[in-house]
Amino acid sequence: MAIESDVLVVGGGLAGMTSAVAAARAGADVRLVSHKKTSLRQASGLIDALGYVPERSSPAGQSEYISQERKDFREVRSNRGEYKGPLVSPYDEFGELPDDHPYSLVGEEALREGLSLFDELLGDAYAGGHTDQNALVPTFGGAVKPTARYPRSVAAGLASENRSMLVVGFRSFTEFDARMVADTLDAAGVPFDVAGAEVRYAETFPADAKVTRFAKALDHDEHIDGTPARRALAEAVEPHVGDAERVGFPALLGDENTREVRAELGDRLGGDVFEIPMGPPSLLGLRLEDRLYAALDDEGVQYETGNPVVGYETADGAPDRLGSVLVDRKGREVPYAADTFVLATGGLVGKGLGSDRNAVQEPVFGCHVPQPEDRYDWFVDDAFGDHAYARLGVEPSKAMRPLDAGGDPEFANLYAAGAVVGGADVAREKSASGVSLATGIIAGREAARTDREPTTDSNTTEIRR
Amino acid sequence: MTDRTDETDDTHRPGDQPEQHRVTDGGVTAAPGREGAIPEEDTNVTEVFPEGNLDLRAGADNCYKCTTCDTSCPVAEVDEEFPGPKFQGPEQWRLKRKEDADIDGSIMSCSNCMRCDSACPSDVPLSQMHNEARGEYVDDQMDALSTEYVRNRILSNYRTSAELASKVPQLANFAMNFGPARWVMEKVLGVTKEREFPEFAEQTFREWWRERGGAHVQSSEKRIAYFHGCYSNYNTPEVAKAMVRVFEHFGYEILVPPQKCSGTPMFANGMLDDARRDAETNVENLASAIADGADVIASCTSCSLSLRQEYPELFDIDGVEDVSDNTFEAVEYLRIYEDLEGELADAELDGQSFGYHGPCHARNQGLHRQAVELFRDVDGVRVEDVGDSCSGISGTYGWKEEKYDTSMKIGEEMFEHMKHAEGEAGMTECPTCAMQMEHGTGYDIYHPLELLEDALVD
Repeated sequence: MAIESDVLVVGGGLAGMTSAVAAARAGADVRLVSHKKTSLRQASGLIDALGYVPERSSPAGQSEYISQERKDFREVRSNRGEYKGPLVSPYDEFGELPDDHPYSLVGEEALREGLSLFDELLGDAYAGGHTDQNALVPTFGGAVKPTARYPRSVAAGLASENRSMLVVGFRSFTEFDARMVADTLDAAGVPFDVAGAEVRYAETFPADAKVTRFAKALDHDEHIDGTPARRALAEAVEPHVGDAERVGFPALLGDENTREVRAELGDRLGGDVFEIPMGPPSLLGLRLEDRLYAALDDEGVQYETGNPVVGYETADGAPDRLGSVLVDRKGREVPYAADTFVLATGGLVGKGLGSDRNAVQEPVFGCHVPQPEDRYDWFVDDAFGDHAYARLGVEPSKAMRPLDAGGDPEFANLYAAGAVVGGADVAREKSASGVSLATGIIAGREAARTDREPTTDSNTTEIRR
Repeated sequence: MTDRTDETDDTHRPGDQPEQHRVTDGGVTAAPGREGAIPEEDTNVTEVFPEGNLDLRAGADNCYKCTTCDTSCPVAEVDEEFPGPKFQGPEQWRLKRKEDADIDGSIMSCSNCMRCDSACPSDVPLSQMHNEARGEYVDDQMDALSTEYVRNRILSNYRTSAELASKVPQLANFAMNFGPARWVMEKVLGVTKEREFPEFAEQTFREWWRERGGAHVQSSEKRIAYFHGCYSNYNTPEVAKAMVRVFEHFGYEILVPPQKCSGTPMFANGMLDDARRDAETNVENLASAIADGADVIASCTSCSLSLRQEYPELFDIDGVEDVSDNTFEAVEYLRIYEDLEGELADAELDGQSFGYHGPCHARNQGLHRQAVELFRDVDGVRVEDVGDSCSGISGTYGWKEEKYDTSMKIGEEMFEHMKHAEGEAGMTECPTCAMQMEHGTGYDIYHPLELLEDALVD
C-alpha cells in the first residue's frame, strides 16, 4: 500500500485545484487525481462570481417541482422567473439567494477568500481584484458578461469604459463574426463607438484551421505567405483603425508569448489591443489551465491525469469512513488511501453527475442527489427557463460534507466542491467559477483539519433542502 | 531489406482465419464495454451504418463536437492543413460508412501521440479510430511498391533492422551515420539525413542477461516479467540493466520472456498486420508469465501503453485482456507496491539537475508527473518539468524526410524550456523523445530508472 496522502482530491477543474491548494496551505500532504484534461479548456477563461440572482418569488427559491405540460412557447417564456441583474457587485444580492444555494451555506467570506486565493495564484495574469464590482466583458457573441476576474489580455475591452473600439475578425477564421459582435454591442447601448471589420489575414489557412494554429503562428511570429505573422496581422488591420482607441481580436493572440504578441500589435496599431473570450475550445481556458497546474506544482500538490476513479473502499472497521478510492490504471484497480477526500468531479457536463432515464446519480461515491421523482419534472419547456436539472447535485452541509437522504454526512471524511454540489443554477446566475472557488476553499480547508470534527458542521439538519 | 515473413510464420495459431487477422478484428469481443456500447436488448438501435470489423458506432455517437481534441493535437498546432483528430476519428468514421468513400490521406500525418484520448471529455476512442483508419488506408489505398510504403515498413519494423545491426554494432554505427549513405537513404527512401541514428550497443541487454546467468533473486511472492522492448535491448541496455538492479534491490524475481516489438511504430504507420504478428508472440509469452504469478513491467511508456490499451482495442487474441490488466511501467509499479519515497528519503545524489519531459504516451497512463514528484525531496538532485508540449518526434514520425520540419516545429517549445531549465541534462521515459531531446539541445538524456539505480543500488 504505497499511494497515500493526507487529502485526496478527485477532479482537476477549478474546484478541485482550489481545494487542493487550500488543503496544502493548511499543511496537508495533498494528491489530486483527474480522469481527463480539465473542462477549463471548454470555459471562457472568465472568473464569474455572481452576475444575476433569481427573484425571491421565483420557483428557484422553493423545492416544489410542478409537472410540466406542453405549453405554448410564448406563454412559457412570459412565465419565466426573471433574474435580477447584471449585478454591480456579486456581494450585493447574497441575501437574495435561496437557502440551499452553496453561497448561502458557505457565506460571503468564502467567496472573498476563494477569489483572493485565485488572485494570488494567477498573479498579474488576471485583473479585477482591485474592486468588489463586477467587470462587464464583451464576449464572442457580442453579449456582455458580468464577471469578477478576467485575463489581463481582455482588460482593455471592458464595456464600462468609453474609449472607442474596433472589433477585428478574419475571413479565414469562420468562428468569429466581428461585425455581428460590433452590431450587438452597439444595439445594447454601450457608451462608446464600436465598429467591426473583417480583414484578410492568413488567407492561406483553410477555413477549418484550429484556433491553436492561429495562436502558434503568432506565438513564434511565423512567416505566413512570406510575411511575419504579427506584421501581417497589423498591416491588415491598420487601414480600419481610424479613430478607434482600442482594438479587439478573438482570443487567439498567442499562447506561450501572448503578452509579447499583444504588445507588438499594440505598438504597430497605436492603440490598446485586447482579446474577446471565445466559446469552446477556448485559448483563455487553456492558458488558465496551464497556470493553475503550474501553481499546483509550486504548492507541492502531487497530481496525475489520465485515469478515472471508479470506486471506493471504506476504512477498516468504520463503514462510515472512506479508506481509499480505487483508480482504474488501464485495467488494474489501484487503491489510493487518504485521511480525507474531496469530491470535485463536476456537474452533468463534466460527468461528475451521471444520469439515465430513471435517475441522476453521483457515480463515484453514490452520494444522495435530491431530485424530482418524475423525470419530466427535471426540466421545463422553456429552453432558457428555470430547469430543475441545472441545480441538481449533492446536498452539502455548511462544511461541504455531502449529506445522505436523512441529512447525515454520507461519510465522515468526504467533502465536496464545485459543480457536483447542487443548489446553484450557475449558467443563469453567472456564478460557476465563484461557486467552485468558494466551495473549494471550504472543502479543502475542512479536509485538511487534523482534529477531524468540523465544528461548523453541527447544524446539518437545519439546512436540509 | 530482408524478407520478414519467415520469422513470424510460426507464431500464427491454427484458429486464425486470414480474413480475420486482416487489420483489426474484434476489439469488441476482447474488450466488452470499452466504448460503452449499449447492449442490444436495452435499446432498439436501428442499423444505420453497416458495421466494419470493429464496432465503433457508440464511440462515434459519443462525440458532441466540442473540438477539445483538436486543441490538444500537436500536429494541428503547426500544420494548418491537418484536419485534426475530430475529423480523423468520428467524422471520417461516418464518411466511411458510404461505400465509395476513401480514407483521407491526411490520416498519415497523425503522429499517434494519442493526446486526443486524454482530452476527450466524452470517452470517444479517438486513437482506436485513427488506428483503424490508418490501417485501412495503408492496406487499401497505399501502393505496396511505393517508396513511402517501403520506407514506413522498414521504419516500423525497427526491431528487424536493429537485430541485424546488433550482430555487427561497430560496422552498423559507422554505416548508419556515414554521410553518403545517409544522402542516399534520404533520396531513395525518404529517411531524413538531419538526424543521427542511435548507436547500437556493443552488447545487447539479452546478451548481458544471459552472460550474468539470468535472475539473481528468486521469489515466489514478488515476480515480474520484463518487457524491455527493442530500444533498451539494442540501443540503451543501461536502462534495462538499471531496471534489473532496482527491481532486484526490492527483492523481485525477474523473468525475461521471449518478445518482439510492442507494435507502437507499426500502429503509427498503419502496419497492423505486422503489429498483430508480434502481438501474438508477446501476448502468448507474457500471459504465460502472468500465469506463473508475474506482473509485466515495461521501461518504455509507449511499450506499456501499447500492451495496456492498443492491444485490447485492436486485437482479439487469447489472453490479451490479461496482459493489459497486469502491465505497468517500471517506476509506476514501484510507487504502487513499494515504499519508494521512504527508500529515497535517505538517498543522496551528487548534485545533478535534469529537465524532465513527460512523453505523450506517459500522460495517457497518468505517469507524467512521477519523476518530478519522486525526486522532489531527494537531496542532491533537481528534476524540473519542462512543460506539457509534445517533443514532436512521435517515434518514426520525425524520421521521415517530409515530416522532419513539422517534428522540429512541434519540438521547439520543449527545446526552449529545456534550455531555460537548470542544468544540462534531460530526463524522460520514452526512447524516441530522448532522441529528439538530445537532437534539439545536445544534452545527455537519462531514464528515471538510471537515477533510481544511482540512488538506491550500491
